[in-house]
Amino acid sequence: MKFADFVCFEAIIPELQATSRDGVIAELVSALDKAGRLGKGNREEIIKAVIKREKEASTGMGKGVAVPHEKHPAVKDVVATVGQSSAGIDFSSLDKQPVYSVILLISPVDNPDKHLQAMESIFKHLQQEKFRKFLRQSETTEEIEDLLREADGNPSL
Amino acid sequence: MLVRGLNMQAEENTLEKVVCEREVEIKNADGLHMRPAMQFVDIANQFECNITVSNSENSVDGKSIMQMSMLAATHGTKLKIKAEGADAQQAVNALQELVEKKHFDEPTPSEQKKR
Repeated sequence: MKFADFVCFEAIIPELQATSRDGVIAELVSALDKAGRLGKGNREEIIKAVIKREKEASTGMGKGVAVPHEKHPAVKDVVATVGQSSAGIDFSSLDKQPVYSVILLISPVDNPDKHLQAMESIFKHLQQEKFRKFLRQSETTEEIEDLLREADGNPSL
Repeated sequence: MLVRGLNMQAEENTLEKVVCEREVEIKNADGLHMRPAMQFVDIANQFECNITVSNSENSVDGKSIMQMSMLAATHGTKLKIKAEGADAQQAVNALQELVEKKHFDEPTPSEQKKR
């Protein structure tokens, strides 16, 4: 799967306003909601569900990135967005370091394979230092979109 | 001389370098998503040996959560676990138990239907 297949570019937030983990999750879910990707009236419930999942085990995998995610009936297909924080957010990461890039992913409940394919695309790139660096350096929605599209065509990025 | 050198190397291998390889199948319905991947990495890290996990396309470090998440192993996927080091045998046994016997404490598709 490619980023372009599931990332909602319209909902990208190049500089997050929130400074806390829960605030960032709410901001990103709200952006997807505003873009019309979460159905009607599900925003609050999804925010709560993602935070609950995050409390069970941090998705801050280290190296400045976190991938909060949740399966929810509100979506028929996998949808994701990206948020950046230049100040860094405490995500209770495995390496205890702040998180600068957050990819939020909402997946349908009845298609675990699709969820895994989206995760595969995300981590294939997130584990590359070059990709993490470029992502962190991106300052606008357009730059983030360009990077994701470039990564789609370049497995080594 | 050359023959003797090879023999010595072979002897060293049997004494110190245990290599253990096993194929396991993902049994839980949701596959190797992040939580199971974390369980896997937690167990892998309890051992000294190097652990590599492969699917048909990639080989990754079984002790790295980021790399394990990249495997995207769905239900029914077969993975090859390869461990190298003194405790390789124990590591592979423990990981096989997690994947196939406990299926990451999650339901298999048939268990899911019964719910």
